[in-house]
Amino acid sequence: MDWQALTLSLKLAVATAALLLPFGIVVARTLAWRRFPGRRMLEAALALPLVLPPTVLGYYLLSAFGMRSPLGRGFDALVGHPLAFSFAGLLAASVIFNLPFAVQPMQRAFEAIPADVRPAAACCGMSPWRIFSDIELPLAWPGVLSSLVLTFAHTLGEFGVVLMVGGNIPGETRTIAVAIYDRVQAFDTDAAGVMAAVLLGLSLAAIAIAYSTARGPARG
Amino acid sequence: MFHRIRRLLVLAAAFALAATARAADVPNVAAASDLQFALPEIAAAFARATGREVRLSFGSSGNFRRQIGDGAPFELFLSADAGYVDVLARDGRTEGDGVVYAIGRLALFVPNGSPIEPDATLQDVARALQDGRLVKFAIANPEHAPYGRAAREALMRAGLWQAIGPKLVLGENVSQAAQFTASGAAQAGLVPDSLARAPALAARGRFVVVPASMHAPLVQKMVLLRGAGSTARAFYDFLRQPAAAAIFDRYGFEAPPAASAVR
Repeated sequence: MDWQALTLSLKLAVATAALLLPFGIVVARTLAWRRFPGRRMLEAALALPLVLPPTVLGYYLLSAFGMRSPLGRGFDALVGHPLAFSFAGLLAASVIFNLPFAVQPMQRAFEAIPADVRPAAACCGMSPWRIFSDIELPLAWPGVLSSLVLTFAHTLGEFGVVLMVGGNIPGETRTIAVAIYDRVQAFDTDAAGVMAAVLLGLSLAAIAIAYSTARGPARG
Repeated sequence: MFHRIRRLLVLAAAFALAATARAADVPNVAAASDLQFALPEIAAAFARATGREVRLSFGSSGNFRRQIGDGAPFELFLSADAGYVDVLARDGRTEGDGVVYAIGRLALFVPNGSPIEPDATLQDVARALQDGRLVKFAIANPEHAPYGRAAREALMRAGLWQAIGPKLVLGENVSQAAQFTASGAAQAGLVPDSLARAPALAARGRFVVVPASMHAPLVQKMVLLRGAGSTARAFYDFLRQPAAAAIFDRYGFEAPPAASAVR
């Protein structure tokens, strides 16, 4: 059992979910209620990681993060190490490939809020911020929660992108999914089996949470 | 509601910061997959002797050569050939030209229950190809794995390369090729001797070392990468000590010719 890889995966999953929470809320709310030119295109672009092969995403990210790109060189000049093959690079990749998992459930949740609720609240003299925090967010909370859970679980399981931009460095970019692959190659099937079971359990728990929230108070 | 979210955010930010902070001088070492079993033993001996640790990553040499070219944070690279090290040295990615640390040997590995007899010149593989006993044959990808290249040369030398083409399964590196074979998914495979004789594999089949004359020598070179710290340097030196040589020898590696040991 590679505890270091499990810890790294958990850190990556928590950080990804935390970064996508505010971003996802803003984007999901905008997509749910605003009509603007290019909205369909934006929705399609955000859903792209659902269907794109991880290697395609990995290839583009590696090109973008590497020392041959302005982004990669800029990051290197700023921080002193390249974005590719680092935890920061993994986090950036993770945020991108989780966009649809974060945005879509939140968007559905905000869409489900009746259109006249907000004007009614405004009539009562509530500020936009209070309407958001006291009315919208509690109503959309099950969707937001399932976004977070899905993002978390999906990050734990992602393999292709991580292998391509991460490079399998212990303690830095070797996530639990990559560690399983690594242990199988080292003929250490016992460790691979234990880690696979841990991931199976975590994924099952995450899906159970996501389903129970989706069927919970939101429908009521 | 908002306190909950804010607390979550602060927690996550702290996590992210902690994760990006780098550990002390524990260098990342990129090593060819044929060292999968020998190198951890050498690293353990190094830790016992010096109290210092290294972090090992295994993969195909060609893949590491590309990742190091892209700036991957490795301090020492143990390649399964000399070419990739020379290219990195020419590109100014290394400190010095590196040194040969071992000569690798190729083995024909046949899993338990396979209908194929292991022989050094691949004669039964040739017969099995004719009579249909051979369904899948595993090698590492010759495009970026030196042992895959050696396997291709050996198959060419045996006159089997054309005929065996449709039966080949390519491992992304030698460990995967060995995995394909040891699991019985392939009836035979050409893998490093250093993997074939490791207990984890040896228990799962039989193997025979392929004559060195059947492929270009697998001259395995290692090199310190630019910015290598003192632990990486100490490990680099340790790899040329008798203690390390004994472990390399036990895993079937041949000692480098004396002349090339001069850096």
